[in-house]
Amino acid sequence: MFRSSKGGGASAWLSAGEASLLRALVVPVMELLNDPERPAPPVAAEAVPAESTDLFDDLEKMFNETTAAPPTAPVDPVLARLLPDAYQDDPESAGEFRKYTESSLREAKKYFAQTLLETLPAKGGRVKLSAEQARDWLRALNDVRLMFGVRLEVTEDFEGQLASLDPKDPRLAALEVYGWLGAVQESLVRAITK
Amino acid sequence: MSVAPAELDLPSSADEVTPEKPWLTIVWNDPVNLMSYVTYVFEHVFGYPKSKAEKLMLDVHHKGKAVVASGSRESMERNVEVLHGYGLWATVRQDT
Repeated sequence: MFRSSKGGGASAWLSAGEASLLRALVVPVMELLNDPERPAPPVAAEAVPAESTDLFDDLEKMFNETTAAPPTAPVDPVLARLLPDAYQDDPESAGEFRKYTESSLREAKKYFAQTLLETLPAKGGRVKLSAEQARDWLRALNDVRLMFGVRLEVTEDFEGQLASLDPKDPRLAALEVYGWLGAVQESLVRAITK
Repeated sequence: MSVAPAELDLPSSADEVTPEKPWLTIVWNDPVNLMSYVTYVFEHVFGYPKSKAEKLMLDVHHKGKAVVASGSRESMERNVEVLHGYGLWATVRQDT
């Protein structure tokens, strides 16, 4: 697990199995961010007959017609959690915000995941992270944990969930991996906040 | 060159709100995010001392949500964008 290193960074030793597991978990997050499952664009509302000759009304109509419908939250529940609405109960503001920020948020998240993949020793070994790389790792690990959390419907009572599962339940292995990811992230937080 | 029009009736929307109310950045509880991580994010993103960051994290955890910052709409939107980068579930709204 991670320990503090000079300059605010952190380092850890990862086995070959741990390194390939991390790689295998980060790649799907990147793919999800790359290949968005967007909802179909909403059908445009029927045009209101142009009766008014008021200049401002005409201008307003013109602007409204040239503005594409604001995007809505992604359909995939994991993607919707990674790229959440910034406004609750205000789809218009949420759509506007998404229009201007979603693509850069996607790029940022892909960059964090890319940092993790690039600093991961392919066959296991020592991972040495600068303070900045450690922050990227924290965010990439968190996105992977969010993906697990949504898919596995993790609750606050994670330990209870784990204990209540039948030993043959296929979700058990996934929940154990999820628990391990939490331990890795926790150790990295502690290493860089010492 | 042009002369500015004397006065314009700016179109007003029905949901127009009083300008003096500040905007808020709200963080919602989430079963996935680690308490230590959320505390770290509050310290790092907002520059809060550890004690304040921890108190806000506990508020989120126990009350389901907490106001973590207030100010202009633009700066609250920037906060939310950064917090989404960290995977926190954050929203903006105007104070009521």
